[in-house]
Amino acid sequence: MQRLLNASGCLDALVAPEVARQLDGFVTKTITPLPREGNAPPRIAETAHGMLNAIGLANPGRGRFLAEHLPRLRELGLPLWISVGGFCAGDFAETCAELADVEAVELNLSCPNVDEAADSAAEIVAACRSATPLPLYAKLSAAHADVAEVARAVADAGADGLSLINTLRGLTLDPHTHLPVLARGSGGLSGPSLKPVALHAVHACYAATHLPIVGMGGVASAQDVVDMVACGARDVALGTALFADPEAPRRIRGELSGVDFEGVFARAHVATSPRVVAV
Amino acid sequence: MPRRERLSVVGVEPVGAYALLRLARGGIDPGTPGQFFMLEAPGRVLPRPLSLCLAPPAELHFLIDPIGPGTEALSLLARGDTIAVYGPLGNGFELGVERPLLVGGGIGMAPLPYLAEALRFPPAILGFRSERHAEAAALMPGAEVVIDPVFVTDVLPAGYDVLACGPEAMLRALPPGAQLAWEAPMACGYGACYGCAVEIEGELKRLCVEGPVLATAA
Repeated sequence: MQRLLNASGCLDALVAPEVARQLDGFVTKTITPLPREGNAPPRIAETAHGMLNAIGLANPGRGRFLAEHLPRLRELGLPLWISVGGFCAGDFAETCAELADVEAVELNLSCPNVDEAADSAAEIVAACRSATPLPLYAKLSAAHADVAEVARAVADAGADGLSLINTLRGLTLDPHTHLPVLARGSGGLSGPSLKPVALHAVHACYAATHLPIVGMGGVASAQDVVDMVACGARDVALGTALFADPEAPRRIRGELSGVDFEGVFARAHVATSPRVVAV
Repeated sequence: MPRRERLSVVGVEPVGAYALLRLARGGIDPGTPGQFFMLEAPGRVLPRPLSLCLAPPAELHFLIDPIGPGTEALSLLARGDTIAVYGPLGNGFELGVERPLLVGGGIGMAPLPYLAEALRFPPAILGFRSERHAEAAALMPGAEVVIDPVFVTDVLPAGYDVLACGPEAMLRALPPGAQLAWEAPMACGYGACYGCAVEIEGELKRLCVEGPVLATAA
């Protein structure tokens, strides 16, 4: 079967290695050139069918990650995906240039909780492409009028795959004060309410690029995994579901035994091919 | 070691404005006083972090203030229902203190009955916002009770090792050197989400792995 991963920022493998070991690979929290403490609390809020987070890319920074965290992560013996972030193409490329011997690099082009990088997704991917031979996955947001167009642009710039989707910006209010619950105001929406948006993005981007896709957004069950694959995802990642159930990967894998993924994925290929319209 | 298990509800009893949720313990370790558990809240996406209130034989008791959709769903459970419970999590109180004094504010009294048992019933002061909330003091026989506008800090004697849980303003008003159990919204309870960061002594701390009980500098 295809790989089951965690969504970046939804697991700390050094604190919970027994959860990480249930996965086929561990995706790190996004690493930026300088350390970031993240946003002021409160940083999370539950919504009717999901949650908002405004963590703000809290991370130890590139130097400490490479010197202290990465060697300890390697000891887990899991394939590592390094999520890379920054505020201009050079930030991303410099981190990529320092990485070696990892499964893949995921470029976080879509964090809703920091100010956006000044450069376009395609410019960032192109800069990273010249900096590393490692597989590059571009993590995109569905908050574009046409996410498939962004997917085509990053594919042309040299991306090897796509991670779809990041959280969508949202807001929730305290019913008593009518003020935002999160200190930052807005945050990234995740959980079950994101799934239809994610399925659409996977479907549209697979049709547009045929690149390998890690599908994520509201995946909490075997059926959700099958749906992602049916839309064109090769691999699937769990995010919010890990918060509610640290044994979710083992449970889902158990429920998936016997599923013919090649068959399901083949249907995705058919479903996204141009249709012949009878006249 | 924390483990996750579906536990049966033995019953839910009203305690003043609060509800005492009684679960069959199953194979779950009650842990150290001050540690917490993630309880599945029926119909909600995220579980809720609750510290253990009492651990009678074969049961786990949680004191719940039904203030939102999750805690309300938990308070409406009925005998025979089952929910997933994960724990014990985080760091509890350090029990090796010479002159313990337990201090609780409102629903912050939740971990104190279990702590009182472990420390052989030391003196305790509980503060509540109303007479009805103060009925929960029945879970702490012998505790001194104050009701708003009197605060626990108004009647706090000197010379004790304070172990406290309550609203942030109360914790910040306690003298240095106390062991304080903090509260924050949590999505996961095991260090994955980074949601429960709280600024303590100028630093953001992940409460679920570095707390929820933190000692302040003496």
